[in-house]
Amino acid sequence: MERKIRVIVAKPGLDGHDRGAKVIARALRDAGMEVIYTGLRQTPEQIVQAALQEDADVVALSILSGAHNHLFPRVVELLKEKGAEDILVFGGGVIPEDDIPFLKSKGIAEVFGPGTPTQTTVDFIKTHLKRS
Amino acid sequence: MSDSEKLKAAVEAWSAKADKAAARYPERKKAFVTGSNAPVNRLYSPLDTENKDYLESVGLPGEYPYTRGVQTTMYRGRLWTMRQYAGFATAEESNARYKYLLAQGQTGLSVAFDLPTQIGYDSDHALAAGEVGKVGVAIDSLEDMETLFAGIPLDKVSTSMTINAPASVLLAMYIAVAEKQGVSADKLEGTIQNDILKEYIARGTYIYPPGPSMRLITDIFAYCSAKVPNWNTISISGYHIREAGATAVQEVAFTLADGIAYVEAAIKAGLSVDDFAPRLSFFFNAHNDLFEEVAKFRAARRVWAHIMKERFGAKNPKSLMLRFHTQTGGSTLTAQQPENNVVRVAVQALAAVLGGTQSLHTNSRDEALALPSEDSVRIALRTQQILAYESGVAETPDPLAGSYYVESLTDSIETGVLAYIRRIDDLGGAVKAIEKGYIQQEIQDSAYAWQMDVEKNERIVVGLNKFQVKEASPKGLLRVDPVVGERQVAKLAALKAKRDNLAVKDALAALKKAAEGEDNLMPPILSAVKAYASLGEICDVLRNVFGEYRPSVMF
Repeated sequence: MERKIRVIVAKPGLDGHDRGAKVIARALRDAGMEVIYTGLRQTPEQIVQAALQEDADVVALSILSGAHNHLFPRVVELLKEKGAEDILVFGGGVIPEDDIPFLKSKGIAEVFGPGTPTQTTVDFIKTHLKRS
Repeated sequence: MSDSEKLKAAVEAWSAKADKAAARYPERKKAFVTGSNAPVNRLYSPLDTENKDYLESVGLPGEYPYTRGVQTTMYRGRLWTMRQYAGFATAEESNARYKYLLAQGQTGLSVAFDLPTQIGYDSDHALAAGEVGKVGVAIDSLEDMETLFAGIPLDKVSTSMTINAPASVLLAMYIAVAEKQGVSADKLEGTIQNDILKEYIARGTYIYPPGPSMRLITDIFAYCSAKVPNWNTISISGYHIREAGATAVQEVAFTLADGIAYVEAAIKAGLSVDDFAPRLSFFFNAHNDLFEEVAKFRAARRVWAHIMKERFGAKNPKSLMLRFHTQTGGSTLTAQQPENNVVRVAVQALAAVLGGTQSLHTNSRDEALALPSEDSVRIALRTQQILAYESGVAETPDPLAGSYYVESLTDSIETGVLAYIRRIDDLGGAVKAIEKGYIQQEIQDSAYAWQMDVEKNERIVVGLNKFQVKEASPKGLLRVDPVVGERQVAKLAALKAKRDNLAVKDALAALKKAAEGEDNLMPPILSAVKAYASLGEICDVLRNVFGEYRPSVMF
């Protein structure tokens, strides 16, 4: 049997808006993936630890508080430090377009804004997975 | 034939005709539903409301069960309070925004705090990194609060503060600032949100577990009823429940269930219902389905009046009145073609006014993208002013009363709400239902169903899944300067160097002792605040005594 794609959906920082994170988590699960949602108020360290512990292929980050420029890159950095740069990391939330080039330069594979269909995220994961 | 029989026959004949027409020219949809998926009939007529006793179920404005509003003449006496939620960066910048809003004709203040403040961390806490000043103003101590309200006479404005877990601390700071301005606490008007249950359900800025959190809340009820009598001690909030994906019925049901839990907690703490219930206030959302939203507000008032009278035996009419603030629906705004949001907000604001709101925040067009710019906020405020001064909808109370459709919707929302409240009672009340994850699960199911409907184009969101255009990225968004965090940390360090640290230590020790016992916590918190203890220091004392809430995670 083919191994299911394993995804960590995480809420870094203090932001409490998790409607989007939960909808994405459920949509990915419905698309046949194994999904773990971390819950609120995770530090980048906790997220990376969860990703390694769960042998995740993907880390999906959600922030609506504006702290993305600080917290998203830190997750990628820590994954690199642990030799896990083959985990696909992408993000979503209320993120101004002007910030996206910076986030991509820091290794965030994609940033999805409000209104993105969940199918877009599913397709993105399937086509960009770094682990096989 | 009696009049009623005549009407029945006429409606039956019309229905047959309409069936025939629909067979030949099919209607736009197989099933018509409201924004919350409630069925909408092809026709509403006097038959839908004929079994109602008008005075008993609808009544007159300002009279029980307050379906038509809580004031006798509603907006003919005084318009609703126009209150835009604002705050960002430092106290200096937010103070300037408040003065701008007051100069533009806003009639009340509404303070947004940043996330570290809302969760009881100082700006120099490790978890505050990247968050300082982002979604609201950073407040670390009384010193920041003095700056925030500098030049704003606190006996002349009413101030709403969106603060929950550390509500006692921010209220204490407000009282202390007023005292320095020479304004005594009994002259203060405003609201603290102070609604921890919806934080567990939907909003996420909790600190302590339910037990001690409820104690902090009832301590505020008791303290304010004696010392700050014109203060709304809680704003029981459906807003965030709706934003998390709830339907209109769920919004009202879960909010009123939370309300019941607070009333029960206060009675259990020894307060008498008419001592605190007049200061309970509510906070609802306004979404796009105009008639359903108006009906929602009307149903909420009626259900609450019944609960207070019948379940809690309240005698004071003010205890029976559901007074509420409304904010338009953030989750209905689109990042695509953001100008269209101005129109959505206008429809939602209209629903709030037709529904009899006491105060209103209208969202800005750019809020799906960033914090609102000054231009966007002005348009949002002008939207309210146009409704108030040009549309004519404020000239008579509850103008949609008697609409067969709106009265039917009001009844069906009431029925749905009562069914949920019974279910929550069966689970042991709102706190138990939250701990079991029941309320959260109901909301998540609705949120997911909504998203799937949009993705299948069963719901049209203009500019999102229909009528799209290619657009350039929007310009002129507000950005919070990243140095705000450093500035705030430096201010706090300077304060800690110059304050009387022995006095702080004593005040915090007294607070710890009170927390371990049963005394009201407001007086020791007020003393600590006046000694310039920081928000984080005060909340840490309580964290050590009370512990922290650990939610169960599910999706």
